[in-house]
Amino acid sequence: MSVVQTFPARSAMGAKLRGRALVASDGFSARYDLDRIKGIFSRPEHKLAGRSYVGLVLILDRAKGGVATAWMLHEMASRGIVPAAVVLNTVNPIMVQGAALADMTMMSGFDQDITRLVPDGALVELDPEADPPVLRIIATP
Amino acid sequence: MRLDEEAEAMRRGELGRARQWAIEHQVRVGRYFGANDLVSVTQAHIMADTESLGEAGVAWLEHLAALPKAERRVRIPTITDPRGTDFGAAQRLRQQAWMTTLEQRAITAFEELGVLMTNTCINYQTIMPPIPGEHVAYGDTGVVIYCNSVLGARSNFEGGPSALAAGLTGRTPRYGYHLDAQRRGTLLVELAWTPGALHEWGALGGVVGRLAGDYWRVPVITGLSRIPGSDEVKHFGAAMASFGSIAMFHLAGVTPEARRLEDAFDGTPPKPVLVTEQDVRTLLSGYGTDTDTVDVVVFSAPQLSLMEMQSLADLLDGRRVGVPLLAVTSPQVKPDADRMGITARIEASGAMVLTGMCFYQSYARELAEANGWKRLATNSAKLTNILGGYGYRPVLLSAEHCVEVACGGKQS
Repeated sequence: MSVVQTFPARSAMGAKLRGRALVASDGFSARYDLDRIKGIFSRPEHKLAGRSYVGLVLILDRAKGGVATAWMLHEMASRGIVPAAVVLNTVNPIMVQGAALADMTMMSGFDQDITRLVPDGALVELDPEADPPVLRIIATP
Repeated sequence: MRLDEEAEAMRRGELGRARQWAIEHQVRVGRYFGANDLVSVTQAHIMADTESLGEAGVAWLEHLAALPKAERRVRIPTITDPRGTDFGAAQRLRQQAWMTTLEQRAITAFEELGVLMTNTCINYQTIMPPIPGEHVAYGDTGVVIYCNSVLGARSNFEGGPSALAAGLTGRTPRYGYHLDAQRRGTLLVELAWTPGALHEWGALGGVVGRLAGDYWRVPVITGLSRIPGSDEVKHFGAAMASFGSIAMFHLAGVTPEARRLEDAFDGTPPKPVLVTEQDVRTLLSGYGTDTDTVDVVVFSAPQLSLMEMQSLADLLDGRRVGVPLLAVTSPQVKPDADRMGITARIEASGAMVLTGMCFYQSYARELAEANGWKRLATNSAKLTNILGGYGYRPVLLSAEHCVEVACGGKQS
């Protein structure tokens, strides 16, 4: 497959992977926004309300809220009800700490709003080991 | 990242497997944020309710707790945020046995690690407030924002694993709010109105939090007509941290790093953003005004101070609640409230006083399902912001209005 577009990021961790993107211009907190049993966004006001995040590359604007996500990503991963990766314009320490414990791929810090650059449903590749780390759109929906 | 000799020894595993995991975790996080080194910290505070941990997190803690004593014990005073239950009230709350079993397993593991089970999110009011410039690793957003802003201490948001790592190594990566540059103001907010009640302080924090909008922005607030008290700033900061993921603010002329407005900024302050009473009223009305269908009234998030407990007792004296009313305080405040007759006055109304937990950290979704709770009234803006995702329809009211609702009265 050919690469449609490439976007460098300032920071990343975790393994290189490919997956379908779940995209919205909204924030992210595992405690505030998710029904972690059902694997869906449950906050009624969230732009992804009702949609499953399981196995998808979650692409959202910024980290929100409190500290629980640092444990919750690990707990979600243990049950396999977890995003494949999290990509944000802006992270807070909690997201990064949570990704580190859960061994999850995470990427953040783009020159433009990444939620406007990646179409929902696109096939993307995250390469945290590249210098700089990059998000590649492999195919658009 | 530069590591000192001892940290390198930890990384090689010479000080045991727990410290080896901890330093590796800190290096991964520190590298992500471009930290040059680690900074020594004097205290750690761990958020670790078992709804967040799950079976996997508890088993992970137990794995650490099973290591030899010399390997597993924390090296600095390390305390805990609220637990997921009040064991004495779990049955009345209709919490299930597996929840209390999981909680007990987590507590046992933490005790084996040498953690002090303080179970509080108001440690800055009750345990040991840090002093200006003190580097700490705190793990509740309300605690972090209060200690950075009001007390001049230095902490990032440290989630449970990172706070535990700090306890094990006595260090944390030096980035974010450990650095002078991150502590300068980035947004100037001019208030045209000063709140009165605690729910208004929380709502104002929510408005400012939404305005600022991310962890790396530091609002500087001007225009207060008076210096607020500790409980007022507690609600203000906790809501700001919740709505905006904000870790620090300055109150010009009040907080220690903004004695003068210009102290808070590098250079000329930006053009101010005006926040009015109407902005706060709009946030409040966003939760609706219907109180006829309230299923439960909750005072929590943050845990109530002794003064809040006294105020609640005053409001409930001689009354009976018809709607369940939960008042949640810390294990440090509760004995004083008991000794002074405050707990008895609250419970004489039929309300429940709970300790060592916090409502949203106590399996809130399962509590709703087991008790038929959906419409929840509270004076905590932080709680209203969190509970939507758990299936509740919260409404943010004054403490007086909450009590009226609980006692069957109506108030427009």
